[in-house]
Amino acid sequence: MIWVDTVIQGILLGGLYALFAAGLSLVFGIMRLVNLAHGDLIVLGAYLILLLVTLTGLSPFIAAAVAMPLMFALGYGLQKFMLNRVLGEDILPPLLVTFGLSVVLQNALLEGYSADSQRIQAGSLSTASIELGGINLGVMPLLTFASAVAVIFALNQLFYQTSLGRAFRATSDDATTASLMGIKPAGVFAKATGIAMIIVTIAALYLGMRSNFDPSIGPARLVYAFEAVIIGGLGSLWGTLAGGVIIGVAQTLGAAINPEWQILAGHVAFLFVLLLRPRGLFPRAVD
Amino acid sequence: MMDKTTPDYAVRTGTAASRISAIVALVLIAVAIILPAFAARSLLQDLFYILTMLVLAQFWNLLAGYGGLVSVGQQAFVGIGAYAMFAMAILTGMDPVPAILLGGLAALALAVPTAFFAFRLQGAYFAIGTWVVAEVVRLTVAQWKSVGGGTGTSLPRSATREMWFTGAIENLFDVKSAAARDILAYWLAVLLAVLTIAGIYRLLRTKRGLGLAAVRDNMEAAKSIGVDAARMKWLVFVVAAFGTGLAGGLIYLQKARISPDAAFSLQDWTAYVIFIVVIGGIGTIEGPIIGVLVFFALRSLLADYGSWYLMVLGLLGIVTMLFAPRGLWGLFSDRTGIELFPVRRRLTGGMLSKSLPLSREE
Repeated sequence: MIWVDTVIQGILLGGLYALFAAGLSLVFGIMRLVNLAHGDLIVLGAYLILLLVTLTGLSPFIAAAVAMPLMFALGYGLQKFMLNRVLGEDILPPLLVTFGLSVVLQNALLEGYSADSQRIQAGSLSTASIELGGINLGVMPLLTFASAVAVIFALNQLFYQTSLGRAFRATSDDATTASLMGIKPAGVFAKATGIAMIIVTIAALYLGMRSNFDPSIGPARLVYAFEAVIIGGLGSLWGTLAGGVIIGVAQTLGAAINPEWQILAGHVAFLFVLLLRPRGLFPRAVD
Repeated sequence: MMDKTTPDYAVRTGTAASRISAIVALVLIAVAIILPAFAARSLLQDLFYILTMLVLAQFWNLLAGYGGLVSVGQQAFVGIGAYAMFAMAILTGMDPVPAILLGGLAALALAVPTAFFAFRLQGAYFAIGTWVVAEVVRLTVAQWKSVGGGTGTSLPRSATREMWFTGAIENLFDVKSAAARDILAYWLAVLLAVLTIAGIYRLLRTKRGLGLAAVRDNMEAAKSIGVDAARMKWLVFVVAAFGTGLAGGLIYLQKARISPDAAFSLQDWTAYVIFIVVIGGIGTIEGPIIGVLVFFALRSLLADYGSWYLMVLGLLGIVTMLFAPRGLWGLFSDRTGIELFPVRRRLTGGMLSKSLPLSREE
């Protein structure tokens, strides 16, 4: 029974990793851009929500809703004024620019908030649990997982049911031809990064409520997100959820054997999938 | 009309500037070798840091600037090189100086499986793939109790006291053992930096180097004329790992104290190195040299401002990539046409001798 419990905890943890990864997957799917500052943007979002909560005393969920348009604007501006300038055949400039951004964000947060770890207080919610068939499930992990499923469902709807989604898919397939059809790739990219930042805000909300965070933890979140995307297969959003779940289960199983092995087990699971299925479990995009 | 002339054409790579720079380089090396006779210990330590960062930067530049392989996991090779050196000194009692070579070989051995995994990932994902491997190695080494586990360890006293050459250096300069160790480390750093730059320059001037430049500029076109692109990349990755491992061993010979978090630090061994190369000028040998000097100047200027220093470095990197993607050296070289380490083959002699414009073809 303890193992069933561990696996279920791992699956729920996978929801958090899928939330980290969904924004990365979206941006990569549309513009083949790997944003190395993705993890630091999640941490930035957590600090923004924390700031709103402490300033106004709002509930974290409402604070996150307030933060969303701000983060959308940040993503839109970032893409429009910085990242669009370096997108192209050469992968080096976007990688190096986002790497620079990652270092700048980490140290700006360090300067503003010090290295002390922080937490977004969620009141009784953070300890609440429900019993299902003899297993106690935390409300917060359940809520995280439900949010991940909702986010990925909403993204799929956006991709396949709306005109913006059509523009996303068209630009992803062939930016030049799409621009002949009246789509401006630069604007589409900016909107995509803006939407990715909304998902980042949701990820930041759960990151901040579930555990302590400090300015230095961004890169590790990026690595988990990246592993989830690769395991799932590039371009597949549901695959990203599956990838997050695999990392989550591997980590909780590793931790159950030896607490020092938690992170290592996740990485090893990733390398194992890479060995057997180099293109991930559900590949869609060809790259 | 060109085809009727048969004067003496020749393919050259050297320029007037490169001949002058070769002489200047020889003078600099000579000065560097005799420097410990009259320089303060702190200056030697600063120079040691500059030289080892230069070596790391040259190898990262070889990877990213010439091989098109943006690795964010070079700290894996610094760390494994350093740990292999420590392990040999602690577990087998081997002298740390020859153990540095084993550090390089350990990095080489790690590079083969790393390449196996990371090369399955295309383009940008390669970067994070190398990072994951570095994390796995760090977490694994932290479990290795006989070299200190997660908290790290120091070089044993017997190893630092009787290290090769230090006795002779103590007598030669009349210094204490710790200062002698700094001088030895400094000389080894000079040697490693000279060998690195000379070796990379030589590689770039050979047929292999030409193939490498072709792969960087257009992989499909290079493949179509018979360059084995995958093999070139693999070769570059393994060579860079070996050099980075040697540098790692040498850096920790001087530090004499190691821990997994320090030896596998993304910031110290990869982030700084990336900024050095980007700011100086990626894809040139001169770039990392300029970059490391700018980096060290900034570090000295902003030493008291903590995280502001890294913020400035990050911003400089971003601004460079946005507005001058070929870095400071690129700006200078484009305006003056000067190349200190030319690798371009130019057709000279005959009718071309006076009219060949100095334009870059990269």
